[in-house]
Amino acid sequence: MKLKLSLFGITKEIVGSSELELTAPDTQSVAGLMEQLRTQYPKLRDLTSCAVAVNSEYAADDYQLHERDEIALIPPVSGG
Amino acid sequence: MLIELTDQPIDVAATIAAVEAEGAGAVNAFIGTVRNQSTGRPVVRLHYEAYDAMAVHQMRLVAEQAQEKWPMLQKIAVVHRKGTLEIGHVAVVVAVSTPHRAESFAACQFIIDTLKKVVPIWKKEEFEDGQVWVAAHP
Repeated sequence: MKLKLSLFGITKEIVGSSELELTAPDTQSVAGLMEQLRTQYPKLRDLTSCAVAVNSEYAADDYQLHERDEIALIPPVSGG
Repeated sequence: MLIELTDQPIDVAATIAAVEAEGAGAVNAFIGTVRNQSTGRPVVRLHYEAYDAMAVHQMRLVAEQAQEKWPMLQKIAVVHRKGTLEIGHVAVVVAVSTPHRAESFAACQFIIDTLKKVVPIWKKEEFEDGQVWVAAHP
């Protein structure tokens, strides 16, 4: 399936774009997606943490992604 | 409940006025401002970036959690700025009103502390000789 990701902050700089489209196995989980991304963009491994948001909620590692999900990488937040 | 993410200067007085309530004996506000240094290194300015839709949603969830923890909360306002901010600019305002003061301090602190942990907003510090995304690396 094709997934579309939004990128912010340091992850936008690592990937070099604010959006990323990629092909993933149909049963790809959040953890699987992160592994796929870390292989493609090794600098993601250097981050303190990197969560995944699906439809504006933090997603668990075992959440199974769907093609229409609005997915975003959430590197360590630093608002306030 | 006033929840807002803006790229314009925050009107602090209006944000505090938004929590005025007849049942309130206390109004408590936290105002986060841009500091001129980070661990001793002079900061020139800050750049805030947000995942807008999720940031507003998560700010609302934090306010709702506070309302559950302190049912006596009268009103809550959370306003965060994004974009480029100079030293002294207001980055965030949290204001709450409660019947008595103790809960107003606790609720205000809970909201700003939780906001800093969960709301997808990122701060980049600009120094004379470079820029760093805060907390990105260990």
